[in-house]
Amino acid sequence: MHKSPALRRYNYTVLGLSLAYIGALFGIVALFRTRPPHGALAYAAAILPALPLVGIFLAWGRYLTDEPDEYVRMLTIRQTLIATGFMLSATTIWGFLESFGLAVHIPAYAAGILWFAGLMLGGCVNIFAVRTGRS
Amino acid sequence: MKNRLKVLRAERDWSQGDLADRLEVSRQSVNAIETGRYDPSLPLAFKIAELFEIAIEDIFTSSSKTV
Repeated sequence: MHKSPALRRYNYTVLGLSLAYIGALFGIVALFRTRPPHGALAYAAAILPALPLVGIFLAWGRYLTDEPDEYVRMLTIRQTLIATGFMLSATTIWGFLESFGLAVHIPAYAAGILWFAGLMLGGCVNIFAVRTGRS
Repeated sequence: MKNRLKVLRAERDWSQGDLADRLEVSRQSVNAIETGRYDPSLPLAFKIAELFEIAIEDIFTSSSKTV
């Protein structure tokens, strides 16, 4: 498995940001339960757990830019396109189902979760394509 | 695009890993190029040509070219 310095940096960044996300999420949930903030502070606190996730998206973008191996970069871009297409399709379909009262409301941050699921799907597509000689 | 990368590599008794190290790419990139699953960019094609000290067209040929 190819692991460039760019990929190692991405992995370390994601590890750090994931820990920050878990810490922020538990902290903010506890804060809203015990001493709910008000006004601008409430907005700032609510956004806090989202920031590490935004950081992961940025880290992914940086990895795509920094990866020196053009073939690996091509595979990663395809993986990203599959993830984005999967997320957009799923949220669009769900949105219509929700509009016609056929599905329950899901929070908008589910889009990010679906995108990460799409990355896994894209990774599987890459493995299949490489093994069957299609890429 | 067809290429003679595997033959040129074998002539020098290099493994895919050896060639990958010399080109500063992954072994899977070399494998993908050799098996025709991936056509390298022009800069990488030049790098390959410079490594083997032959012209690009002596390594890569169009799939539609019959001669």
